[in-house]
Amino acid sequence: MNWGWIPRNIDLVASLTWEHMVLALVPVLLGLAISIPLGWLAGRTRIARAVLVPVTGLLYTVPSLALIVVLPIVLGTRILDPLNLIVALTIYTVALLVRSVADALAAVPAVTIAAATAMGYRPFRRFVSVELPLAVPVVVAGLRVAAVSNTSMVTVGALVGLGGLGRLFTDGFQRDIPAEIVTGIVLVLALALLVDGLLLAIGRWITPWTRVGAGARVRAGAAA
Amino acid sequence: MNAVIAWLTDPAHWSGGAGVPVRLLEHLWYTALTVAIAVVIAIPAGALVGHTGRGGFLVVSLANSLRALPTLGLLVLLVSFIGIGLGAPLIALVVLAVPPILAGTYAGVQAVDRSVVDAARGMGMSEREILLQVELPNALPLIIGGVRSATLQVISTATIAAYVGLGGLGRFIIDGLAVRDYPQMAAGSLLVALLAVAADLALAWSQRLLVSPGLRSVSASRRPTPAPRPAAERPAAA
Amino acid sequence: MIEFRGVTKQFPDGTTAVDDLDLVADAGRITVFVGPSGCGKTTSLRMVNRMIEPTWGTILVNGADIMDHDPAELRRGIGYVIQQAGLFPHRTILDNVATVPLLLGWNKKQARERAAELMELVGLAPEMAGRYPAQLSGGQQQRVGVARALAADPPVLLMDEPFSAVDPVVRESLQDELLRLQSELGKTIVFVTHDIDEAIKLGDKVAVFRTGGVLAQYDEPGVLLSRPADDFVDNFVGRDRGYRGLGFLSSDGLPIGELATVSVGDAGPSEGWALVVDGERRPLGWLDGGTQANGAVTAGDLVPGGSLYDTDSGSLRSALDAALSSPSGQGVAIDGEGRVVGSVSADEVLRALADARRTGAAA
Repeated sequence: MNWGWIPRNIDLVASLTWEHMVLALVPVLLGLAISIPLGWLAGRTRIARAVLVPVTGLLYTVPSLALIVVLPIVLGTRILDPLNLIVALTIYTVALLVRSVADALAAVPAVTIAAATAMGYRPFRRFVSVELPLAVPVVVAGLRVAAVSNTSMVTVGALVGLGGLGRLFTDGFQRDIPAEIVTGIVLVLALALLVDGLLLAIGRWITPWTRVGAGARVRAGAAA
Repeated sequence: MNAVIAWLTDPAHWSGGAGVPVRLLEHLWYTALTVAIAVVIAIPAGALVGHTGRGGFLVVSLANSLRALPTLGLLVLLVSFIGIGLGAPLIALVVLAVPPILAGTYAGVQAVDRSVVDAARGMGMSEREILLQVELPNALPLIIGGVRSATLQVISTATIAAYVGLGGLGRFIIDGLAVRDYPQMAAGSLLVALLAVAADLALAWSQRLLVSPGLRSVSASRRPTPAPRPAAERPAAA
Repeated sequence: MIEFRGVTKQFPDGTTAVDDLDLVADAGRITVFVGPSGCGKTTSLRMVNRMIEPTWGTILVNGADIMDHDPAELRRGIGYVIQQAGLFPHRTILDNVATVPLLLGWNKKQARERAAELMELVGLAPEMAGRYPAQLSGGQQQRVGVARALAADPPVLLMDEPFSAVDPVVRESLQDELLRLQSELGKTIVFVTHDIDEAIKLGDKVAVFRTGGVLAQYDEPGVLLSRPADDFVDNFVGRDRGYRGLGFLSSDGLPIGELATVSVGDAGPSEGWALVVDGERRPLGWLDGGTQANGAVTAGDLVPGGSLYDTDSGSLRSALDAALSSPSGQGVAIDGEGRVVGSVSADEVLRALADARRTGAAA
């Protein structure tokens, strides 16, 4: 394999990696922002849930390349516009997260909510300062799945001229440089791992109470 | 949009070796073939891991790390090593289809209430009978769940595989892109999306047909809480 | 008959779960293994059908060494009931009960007919047959568990804390049901529980285990209550053992006294208690002569009574309880048909107890 390709193209690789991160993570943030109100709605009314869960499920089944190609019709964009990719990945993120958010909110103990209400929280404040924080662990788990699959799915965009590190695949394939392809795969995997670890760390950092509980259980288990 | 409808309603696109029916059948054939191979590999392996409880960590990590693997990268890499043809894409598709089914089967078998398995063994079922008559039927919802995600993954990746010369509906997208024929690309995409949705609905329906009504959790809360899973032989909590 | 000969179980981590157990569980009787957690009672039970293999020693079931059988074959001939019932969630109640007959190679029709018989035997309505376990209450699931264990008519039944996951009221009715079934079927039953009251109620003989898998005492329940072998058994049996022991003393010879009775519509006594009975002399309740307005006795005057003492089958415990729970201090004694035959007093019961002690009967 022609490993010499890497040092000669280090600038290209760096800029594609940066582009890749943006393409993968912007949809994660957008998706999260959209999913919280939708998930809240799905958890609150039966009708909203009966509509939202199947619809997002349906969107999730649409193959990525097909979605990227069809979106210009809906959005009025050009086929090569990066917006198509960002919207497509946002849709997948929302599809994954709405359910996570709804389930996570549903799992908040009723007694906790009742206690907050009894102490005089109004519904909005209670949602922001009690229910949402307690839902964080489950939401973060969903977010990690979305972020990791987005990171690998960005590469599909390379088929329509987008796609960050995915361009190493198409270029390496056309010019028959296996080293370029392998570089792309390794970097995508590394990015996914990095993003996953980062989200895991953030999730733990903002929910210190879960660690205390888990630690106590582990110690009790060891003693038993 | 009108151009897309025009493309789809043009009879010329519905006949011949490169027409929609042939491409659709190709796509279905690749999907059925790879999912069948994956099922043959993954269900026995997952059942074994779930039954013995050994190797579970490996199965779960494998399924998780697969999400990070870029399918396009895997495809082009295999083709650059093996060459153009059915072989490389088929291997890639099977590689992608195995982990979800493996993980679903493992999780399903592993999640069967240990008291149920204990009762089955105590009544004189052989290990084989326990697996076939008790564990697998109870794991069926999760196994079919795994087959559903595998099928969607394969339909999606088979579309991309048109880039490395595979047939199927992805050809319309890739060929359309090469000649800047957007209506053809969009029409192909719509067909792929329809296929994926239809396949998923068909599998969801098969789940209703195959899974025992007793597992449709009439009221899961009324079932006794599952006992913690005992190790094969631990000091019994007598 | 199940015979343990020098049976020891050591787990790979070095703990001894059962230590040199010698014990004979009599044929056609209920033998209860009872003890605190970690005393080896469940391990001992699970060694009988080879769910756990003994480290040393021999276990004989009806004279045959269990190690001479293939484990699966052995288990098909031994009924097995566990705490969570362990019903197959994907099979209907009928098919759950038919499991062992089908394993034994019966045809489906025979197996299902047999299963239907057993459902009736354990008191499950026929319309339950097509339901699934998730649709049943905990008590009903346990009945199915018992029916399933009995389906192939095994001579031996192993029951591992079968009733401990259901609420006390249901547990009591399941225990009564088991005793009724046993009086019809006469199986050799080994029953594990951590509840001493359950052990004393169900066991023809009770084996008390102590932590470390050592058999502390193996006796009939009456003996266990009156003569615990050591402090451990004394403690485990509990503080009320003297009172509960009365349940194993026959009340034959207990004198039955006079009892004033009236019927609804009669004129009541001007003072003192009288028992109100119906036309068949069955008790309806008590009447306090001092509080009743002059005139005929009406249903509104009745004071609820206590427990009844059945002279045909009652023990000293039930006689004493009848006396202590009655508002008048006189226990109501009835015959097998439920008709009032007279009264018993606490003093008489205690006198009978003293007699029994002196003659050494049972206690």
